[in-house]
Amino acid sequence: MSNPYAKLPNWAEYGLIPLVNLVVAFLVAGLVVLLVGENPLNAAYHMVNGAFGRGEYIGFTLYYATTFIFTGLSVAVAFHAGLFNIGSEGQAYIGGIGVALACLWLDRTMPWFVVFPLAIIGSAAFGAMWAFLPGWLQAKRGSHIVITTIMFNFIASSLMVYLLTRVMKPLGSMATQTRTFEAGGQLPKLDWLLSIFGLNIGNAPFNVSFLLALLAAFGVWVLIWRTRFGYELRTMGHSPSAARYAGISETRITIIVMMISGGLAGMMALNPIMGEQFRMQLDFVQGAGFVGIAVALMGRSHPAGIIPAAILFGMLYQGGAEIAFEMPAISRDMIVIIQGLVILFAGALENMFRPAISRAFASFGQRSAAVQTKGA
Amino acid sequence: MDFFQTIIALLESTIRLSVPLIFAALAGLYTERAGVFDIGLEGKMLGAAFAAGAVAAVTGSVFIGLLAAILISVLLSLVHGYASITQRGSQIVSGVAINFIVFGSTVILGEAWFRQGGRTPALSGDARFQTWDLPFADAVKDVPFIGPIYANLLSGHFLLTYLAFALVPISWWVLYRTRFGLRLRAVGENPGAVDTAGISVIWLRYRAVICCGILCGFAGAYLSLAMNAGFVKGMTAGKGYIALAALIFAKWRPVNIMLACLLFGFLDALAIRLQGNPLPLIGQVPVQLMQALPYILTVILLAGFIGKAIPPKAGGIPYVKER
Amino acid sequence: MSDLAIELRGIDKSFGLVHANKDINLQVRKGTIHGIIGENGAGKSTLMSILYGFYQADRGEIVVDGKAVVIKDPNAAIASGIGMVHQHFMLVENFTVLENIMLGAEDSQVLNTSISKARVELKRLEKEYALEVDPDALIEELPVGLQQRVEILKALYRKADILILDEPTGVLTPAEADHLFRILGQLKDQGKTIILITHKLREIMAITDEVSVMRRGEMVATRTTKETSVEELAELMVGRRVLLRVEKGEANPGAVKLSVKNLTVRDGRGVTMVDNVSFDLKAGEIVGIAGVAGNGQSELLEAISGIRRAVSGSVVLNGSTVDVTGHVDPGALRSQGLGHVPEDRHHVGLVLKFDESENAILGYQRDKRYLNGPFLNMEAIRAEAEEKIQKYDIRPPNAKLKTANFSGGNQQKIVLAREMERGPDVLIIGQPTRGVDVGAIEFIHKRIIEMRDRGMAVLLVSVELDEIRALSDRILVMFAGRVVGERGTDATEGELGLLMAGVEGPKEAAE
Repeated sequence: MSNPYAKLPNWAEYGLIPLVNLVVAFLVAGLVVLLVGENPLNAAYHMVNGAFGRGEYIGFTLYYATTFIFTGLSVAVAFHAGLFNIGSEGQAYIGGIGVALACLWLDRTMPWFVVFPLAIIGSAAFGAMWAFLPGWLQAKRGSHIVITTIMFNFIASSLMVYLLTRVMKPLGSMATQTRTFEAGGQLPKLDWLLSIFGLNIGNAPFNVSFLLALLAAFGVWVLIWRTRFGYELRTMGHSPSAARYAGISETRITIIVMMISGGLAGMMALNPIMGEQFRMQLDFVQGAGFVGIAVALMGRSHPAGIIPAAILFGMLYQGGAEIAFEMPAISRDMIVIIQGLVILFAGALENMFRPAISRAFASFGQRSAAVQTKGA
Repeated sequence: MDFFQTIIALLESTIRLSVPLIFAALAGLYTERAGVFDIGLEGKMLGAAFAAGAVAAVTGSVFIGLLAAILISVLLSLVHGYASITQRGSQIVSGVAINFIVFGSTVILGEAWFRQGGRTPALSGDARFQTWDLPFADAVKDVPFIGPIYANLLSGHFLLTYLAFALVPISWWVLYRTRFGLRLRAVGENPGAVDTAGISVIWLRYRAVICCGILCGFAGAYLSLAMNAGFVKGMTAGKGYIALAALIFAKWRPVNIMLACLLFGFLDALAIRLQGNPLPLIGQVPVQLMQALPYILTVILLAGFIGKAIPPKAGGIPYVKER
Repeated sequence: MSDLAIELRGIDKSFGLVHANKDINLQVRKGTIHGIIGENGAGKSTLMSILYGFYQADRGEIVVDGKAVVIKDPNAAIASGIGMVHQHFMLVENFTVLENIMLGAEDSQVLNTSISKARVELKRLEKEYALEVDPDALIEELPVGLQQRVEILKALYRKADILILDEPTGVLTPAEADHLFRILGQLKDQGKTIILITHKLREIMAITDEVSVMRRGEMVATRTTKETSVEELAELMVGRRVLLRVEKGEANPGAVKLSVKNLTVRDGRGVTMVDNVSFDLKAGEIVGIAGVAGNGQSELLEAISGIRRAVSGSVVLNGSTVDVTGHVDPGALRSQGLGHVPEDRHHVGLVLKFDESENAILGYQRDKRYLNGPFLNMEAIRAEAEEKIQKYDIRPPNAKLKTANFSGGNQQKIVLAREMERGPDVLIIGQPTRGVDVGAIEFIHKRIIEMRDRGMAVLLVSVELDEIRALSDRILVMFAGRVVGERGTDATEGELGLLMAGVEGPKEAAE
């Protein structure tokens, strides 16, 4: 099918339209702030200040962003193959098992740089495993991936409650969490990175998994646009019939893409578990998998868009905490609203403003064309 | 006799727990049969529960609360309808978005308006649904076997409970025996056929979405005005998704939906009852397994290992007139 | 009362930059069968969709039975007595015949009474027009011929006096088509007016009273069928006499490159589409497969190229056996020397959202030339795309442009360049010039001959008989899944037409 709207220049397509969607989402969120009797501009001020006002705040913002880069990439990779993975949440949760196992095994004997690679492999493997089944079921049995991954989120949640109440909890402890890791299970902070800019990291848990996230973003870019596998997965995402014609196995791509997606989601677990809490707690994912959907939509499934979108959401999470502190009427759940609004406007309603913007461009284009012909 | 009492109690709580599932799954039935997929049942139910709890607390009237629930839920449905019918956006994405918007809003507004940690004030008297005793429930209570079944299992529920079960045959009748139902099922299979027959696809789908909103309104009101005495933050706790699972499990058919919801409700009731109590013969069953069972069963069904769940053919696809 | 059933005055319609209907005037006499003929994309379907209220004209007037009417939706069309049988049936497949017929014309909110009324009315219509069909059968279980009958009944049930049929024979077997024409004749005798849209001249000559010709959005002529000829209509349709004659020398067939034996293929519903087909294809020859669309040609191509699994039979490509009944990797076939230009370039042959250069390697993405290990060699891909753009004169010459932004002819050239330039031993081509402008047709035909002369074995499938005759060295005719005849270059159009109509074909195919 042909695109019903005129073609927009890239900067409008990838910059202006997401920006418009974002602005509208914030305006609606502002209405909610008004509803609870606060001043939206004040809220915005506290948010920005809370996210960037100090080195420590920036550290927190980037800490959250790290998490969202992973989950955003996870959702985006699947998008490119035409698959909607709503299961990043559950895959990240299960990925935590891999991290916890590596840490519980080696944290007392090995330094972090030995444990970290193993934890990466473990988290990716567990996340991939949790995504394998929905992928396999879609590829081989035709089960709708959206529904299966939703179901798997709930199954993951039950499984983790079971594990953390019965299996992975130290004997005699009442808290539903693993024991706290020793030095080998704790990732170093990136205080040096912030100090380059003259910032003091303070207590922020901004850690080396941020670098891993950037690496993963680059890796995803290479995978999708510079490898044969990426070519094949994009072919499938755009046109399954063309993929069949080109000898691309839908089964293989679906399963592998889902495993990559699950692996990326699983790696998210490194950040909170090894970077902040130094133990695996119940519900450590805290909806980050779903934020990934917003981040991927906002970033138009491109790593170069996902990183700023993740930082934006990191800002919302960190700045949101600050708002909650300054304005007791507004809790951090405000972010969930904004996240939902971003998904709505950048995702489901992505075409709402496009016709108007296209028209504006078309009339502007005509005018400039007319000027040119007159000049000629 | 003790075992019998236990069974009665278990079945009684099964009914209690299935009611919101039945409302929500029937809600999903209307939109999905019309070709609009809806994973936002959870959000609509939650929004309705909040509206019901808040309005009933303020007005002191359970019926105004119910009306508010339906109103909010229908409004949310219309947002979903606007995104997926008018704007032809992704139905999945829109549903996800609504779930988040509602979850966040109920917490923020609840806290701002009532300052009870996301709860609405506890309801009592006219602000809450009361249970109904069927005629002669007291009189027959002591008749062996039949008595407890009638008095404890069938009698003593909320108005909404009876409504939920009544809606099963009603929905069947609407879908299969009325003009609206015929057209609704047609638009979910082949909107082109409906369009060329001179019926507006858009208006028909909007009506289906509104039906969904009304029923989700009942589901939410049941949670905060009947089952509980007020709204609690996140009180749907995945019930919307279980209802979605039940809808699929029931292969989009009304009577099957009731059975699937009863099954899932039963699993839930059993999980609560078994908490800490070993099961005869089997021994200790992890509660978490019971809680996950509806999802596991749905996955198995979807995989086609027990029958095949075929969704409405035009489901999930926005209607565009062909050139 | 007017003796015109329909009059269109100055109908004009554009879709964006596409001017689909230009100032159309048309008069359809009551109680006649009026044909509207034109090539694909001439604007026939758009015009009828305007008449049926599916689209609104930008300008112009519709007069039905002497009264100017505004047809803003299908409802208004139905109210004016217009019924339409769509090319793709507008039926709900898991509904019964009765439910489909009632849909939108139920006379009360509750169905019970409507159903019994509809049943009685349907019985009456069945009798009156000899259109028997089981009212309780599910649509998905009926053959296409009967499904079409349900569409006609739907229109009659709505008391249509004017019936529009959009390419009604495209999906029918010749026997079914004949039956349809008898039905249409009968409807005419009962006073109905029928508008028949088609691009098949034979149908126009066989059944219509008057015929209007459309070309590139314009109504170019209206003739009384008896007073015109196939030649005149063809000329009007195309505009100028296009001689589909390509310069070509004698073929020099060499060794057998592709050998198909007893191939049987079923479609998704289990209907046998290719029935025990055998033939050999030699190096340096073009074998054309002629046939009415839907007689198994598509499935034959798909089975040979590994996209669709065959039920039985064997295919030998370049001396090695292809496991056509098992799992075939189309990529492996390519490396064994098979090139494939698929019938549907929009959904199969190209990814419209890809850059031109990305499409230039579709199917060959595993070729070492374009790879550095697992990575794509972007420079090699670009260089190759640019070379082909030059050689095939693809316009605009921009390898980074999205494929959707090329014209049909240039898109087809992208596919042809990809499949031909590698010099496969066997090249199979489906509908090489469908939706392609005249200039590009000539270019494409020349290329195909050139490939033959280079020693390639070419299998050509086209629904354009002229194209088959112009290019082929041997012609196989398919009907109802079988090869019903083989002819040489000297075969006449009439002879092939008879074969395509199944007249000399297997008897069981007739209804």
